Amino acid sequence: MNLARKDIRYNFGRFTLATVGVGMLLMVVMGMGGIYRGIIEDATLLIDRVGADLWIVQRNTRGPFAEVSRVPTNLVHRALAVPGVNAAREFVYHTIQREQNGKALRISVLGLSWPTDKGEWLPLSAGRPLAQNHYEMIADETLKLALGEKIKLGKEIYTVVGTTKNMISSSGDGIAFFTVADAQAIQFDTPGESTRLERAARYGRGERSDLGSNQPSLLENAEKSSAELPTLPLPQISAVMVTISPAADLDQVAKIISGWGDVSVYTSDGQRELLLKGTVEKVRRQIGLFRMLLTIIAAIIMGLILYTMTLDKIHSIALLKLIGAPNYVILGLIMQQALILGALGLIVAYSVGSKVFPMFPRRVILAQSDLIQLALIVLGISVAASFLGIWKALKVSPNEALS
Amino acid sequence: MNNLSSPQYVIETEAITKIYGSGNTEVVAMRDASMQVEPGKVVALLGPSGSGKSTFLTAVGLINPPTSGRIIIQGKAILDGDNALVNLRSFRRQHIGFVFQKSNLIPFLSAIENVQVAMEINGVSPSAARTRAHELLDYLGVGDRANNSPSMLSGGQQQRVAVARALANHPSVILADEPTAALDSHRGRQVMELFAQVAHEQGAGVIVVTHDHRSLDVFDILYEMEDGILEKKTRETIA
Repeated sequence: MNLARKDIRYNFGRFTLATVGVGMLLMVVMGMGGIYRGIIEDATLLIDRVGADLWIVQRNTRGPFAEVSRVPTNLVHRALAVPGVNAAREFVYHTIQREQNGKALRISVLGLSWPTDKGEWLPLSAGRPLAQNHYEMIADETLKLALGEKIKLGKEIYTVVGTTKNMISSSGDGIAFFTVADAQAIQFDTPGESTRLERAARYGRGERSDLGSNQPSLLENAEKSSAELPTLPLPQISAVMVTISPAADLDQVAKIISGWGDVSVYTSDGQRELLLKGTVEKVRRQIGLFRMLLTIIAAIIMGLILYTMTLDKIHSIALLKLIGAPNYVILGLIMQQALILGALGLIVAYSVGSKVFPMFPRRVILAQSDLIQLALIVLGISVAASFLGIWKALKVSPNEALS
Repeated sequence: MNNLSSPQYVIETEAITKIYGSGNTEVVAMRDASMQVEPGKVVALLGPSGSGKSTFLTAVGLINPPTSGRIIIQGKAILDGDNALVNLRSFRRQHIGFVFQKSNLIPFLSAIENVQVAMEINGVSPSAARTRAHELLDYLGVGDRANNSPSMLSGGQQQRVAVARALANHPSVILADEPTAALDSHRGRQVMELFAQVAHEQGAGVIVVTHDHRSLDVFDILYEMEDGILEKKTRETIA
């Protein structure tokens, strides 16, 4: 006869409520693990998907994700000249915040190196890759921009031609993919007045120098667009992504590039490491500690529930002792209830969590390994939580059945 | 009935004394109580409230060991003072059946399960335990209430289930503490007669603590306890 099951059936309503309560608590523990997993996944997703073997960034920076990096556009051509390099692409990456339909819209802007990279590697959920050098964008679904929707960024209007799923930056913002030229136009957009003031200032500096007096054509040029001035550099990019030939030695190529005095080079694994040890590390530790705290709280609450359940049947336990029930019968009664409570709580947590977590603003990923780990933790806390009840039950005297 | 040996007495107490507290707070609840019960005999233990009857019964029931004296059951020394000579809980499970003033059934088990559990914890298979539990409940006239929970049974029915549980493991000793207190006189007498019947049929020794002088004719031996002193009585000398 299974006494645990009989007692649960007798106190079904209260046990159900206790199970739902424990389940909700475990759902939060599960959710914290899922949020952590989501942050890791989001942070490294782009690095994994973009398929670069090496990242060339500004010297002594940890860019382009962990910090700002600026490198000249011609770095692409220098990289291509290195033996073993199969392809080199420009990489522009920055985050903007605009108003869209009265709401704040945060976009992580990523530049694709047109025409070699049109975004074919992206996991499109609808639409197509970029088909022209300007005014097209591919937006992640989390940005809530519909296919065909137009959005004004800077001075230009861009049309959403494709959508992706789960392309999120490490900060949790949806990524929008443009050509490098458009991404730079968005990044370096300045108002007309600012441009006019800059040109006037440039003209003024020319007038004050002897060179401006001796060569009037210089002053004429000073009033032209920056892009038309050969002495001014083109807008810089964030990094250069390098893909090496299958036969090439990655370490050898990295060694050559890292010998250049103006850049640093990282492998994809190095970039992952930078992200996880840098920007994500504090969040990871914070969530980990919070999760640990919640696990302890869950254990305490389960312990109190089981203790109360034991107190409620202490007379029956004393009676069982009086008629000679061995300790293992009483221990089994409490332990089984603890395990049933834990197991059902876990099922409630997973069932409710699976429905609730997709509504969260950031991804909550329930990895199988995390679920197995949580199941083992629940097993542990169920056993630990039952100790208080078992202690009380073993301490009770059979005499109490007579009172 | 469980076999230990075939002794002259199924229950023997040798000058058992129970003292609660110590020093200024010392209370002697029972002093040098000696009793012998032959197999098949039913003993009534009479006496006013607070005289030490329940203390004696819980000592013989191996629940509340005496401070001194010996308890021998089926010819085997079980307690020497508060020193247990066997595993008390295991011995209780196999040889002693209890019936209390209140029926003391486990609320989350049905009537039949309350009887069944006593056998299952004694190693009887669930199917055999269920069969015997049914037989016992039928024998006690509550077979039709087997699947009812205790809260759905009347006081008398609950008490019969408690008796069935006490008999479940064929005990050599049955101890009952005012088992008819919650019953009307008719039902009370029925329960007393039932104890006598079980004792005579199964050869068990039965001790019943009672206040009810109307059923004294059912008992084979009478004892009275007053201020912790146990004394053998006859029907003529009983107060």
